[in-house]
Amino acid sequence: MPLGEAPPVRARELVKRYKEVLAVDHIDLNVRAGDVYGFLGPNGAGKTTTLRMCLGLIVPSEGKVELFGRDPMRAGAGALEGVAGFVEAPRFYPYLTARKNLELLAALDGGDARGRIAEVLDTVELTPRAGHRVGGYSHGMRQRLGIAAALLRRPRLLLLDEPATGLDPAGMRDMRALIRRLAEEGITVLLSSHQLPEVQELCDRVAIVDRGRVVYEGALADPRRQSGAGYRLRSTDDARALAILAAQPGVEHALAGEHGLSFQAQERDVGALTLALAREGIGILALTPELATLEDLFFRLTEGDGAIPAEQGLQREKVAS
Amino acid sequence: MSAVETASAPLPARATHGRRPSTLTALRWELRKLVSQKRTYLGLGLAALFPLIFVVFENLHQRHGHGGGLSIFSGQITASGLATPVLTLEFLSAFMLPLIASLVAGDIVAAEDGNGTLKTILTRSVDRSQVFAAKALAATLYAALAVYVSAAVATIGGVASWGFHPVITLSGTTVSAPEALLLVFASNAMYLIPMLGVVAFGLALSTATRNSAASVVGAVGFVILLYIVAAIPGLEGIQPYLLTEQFANWHGLLRTPTDWAPILHSLWVCALYAAPALIAGYLVFLRRDVAGG
Repeated sequence: MPLGEAPPVRARELVKRYKEVLAVDHIDLNVRAGDVYGFLGPNGAGKTTTLRMCLGLIVPSEGKVELFGRDPMRAGAGALEGVAGFVEAPRFYPYLTARKNLELLAALDGGDARGRIAEVLDTVELTPRAGHRVGGYSHGMRQRLGIAAALLRRPRLLLLDEPATGLDPAGMRDMRALIRRLAEEGITVLLSSHQLPEVQELCDRVAIVDRGRVVYEGALADPRRQSGAGYRLRSTDDARALAILAAQPGVEHALAGEHGLSFQAQERDVGALTLALAREGIGILALTPELATLEDLFFRLTEGDGAIPAEQGLQREKVAS
Repeated sequence: MSAVETASAPLPARATHGRRPSTLTALRWELRKLVSQKRTYLGLGLAALFPLIFVVFENLHQRHGHGGGLSIFSGQITASGLATPVLTLEFLSAFMLPLIASLVAGDIVAAEDGNGTLKTILTRSVDRSQVFAAKALAATLYAALAVYVSAAVATIGGVASWGFHPVITLSGTTVSAPEALLLVFASNAMYLIPMLGVVAFGLALSTATRNSAASVVGAVGFVILLYIVAAIPGLEGIQPYLLTEQFANWHGLLRTPTDWAPILHSLWVCALYAAPALIAGYLVFLRRDVAGG
């Protein structure tokens, strides 16, 4: 992140209450420049409500959000400069064509947005249908038009709420490719989703939210590695290797299986293990870490009481205030 | 996050790619949306239909030799085509034109909310205050257009049927045809003063209820309620302060010399209705949660 630039999204103690219902419960978010940040949680976890607060569409009951250091509740539209996106399905005027819808939005953006309409239509591959009324568009086309509308603003931060929901497999693939391409162009993406493969494929950092609370925030790779810490080993002599595994300090749950041996260990202990195997003249054919899937992690965090098991090393990242 | 990052200063609020749009730009697009919607033409069609029916009916009436009328203008129908827009304004001002104004005013925020497009426009570079101002102006302009469409159809139909002749005013003096045409224009302009009250009320309902049908019906119901209040014995004292009583403020223009008292009275009475409704609608719009769509 360049010196002197505030982070794209910083939410502190964000709360939204609807009478008796606590939809968002003291959420902290920390999206850094260049992140593809997954905001992951089951339906009703508070993801959309949080994104609406980020975009200034709903007023937080407590706490505040800053986009590049600007509070949408105080700065209004000024806080959204450099920011674009949509919550839930993107909505357009069905009686206008896609091009007219974009002209309207470009007019409300000001500047050179109008001159970029052809370019963004091309980016989302809607140029051939741009003259058709949006009322006749499929769900996938509207999602792509939503991205086009966001790109009109030359965003440095994109907030996308379930962008692939409701798309067919090809549409989902295309949407992911588009998001990946935008991220490669340097746009920070905050992506809300309950689709685990989507997040696993696209995101480098995540916040997992459950019942209005963040139960994990941080890099995606760390908790997956830490929560699993499993390895699979194939050797020239699995029977002897199993005995060495059982005796090796720091190695646990060593088991022989159909496709070799499996065990759990910290990374530092695996190095010592390979030396021990070599000393005994056992060749290593394959030694592969088995990362826990995001799905494993997700369900572990969101089912039950949502507490993070400390012994598995899942610590919420310290959020700098 | 590093200490450097956390200590970083916010970016100055600036346009992503140039100048921020003006309220006029937002208004232009509100009008463009209105032009693209069928219900816009339904209201304008209604505004044009009644004078048309009136002219056709009066032509048949005349042909069958019936006469008579309710006011000095109905007696002049066949003498000057310029009596027709005065009479149609008299008839339409009580209910039909407020209904047409309510169609748009009651719908203009609620429909956006219901369709989910409010969130779309509120995540662009215009402030909520600009969006609200554009919607209020668009609803007002639509009401004005409906009034003048009605007046234009009545004038054209009347003049085509009975000619462009002088008219006798409520004071019994005769004014030339061009002067009468000017009075027709001005009378409709004065009628817009109470219409602003109806528009403001419809807009406030549209913002607060987020329900188009409830807002349109509510605004029309408000007008009906005021008529009922006006008819209740013993409440004659409040009649001059009812919005519906101001619908006839333009009668003052049809006297010689011009009687400005009812017009000036309607100005402040209507402001008492319009201002609180507009302010309430504005405040609700500024702080409301946009959770629909």
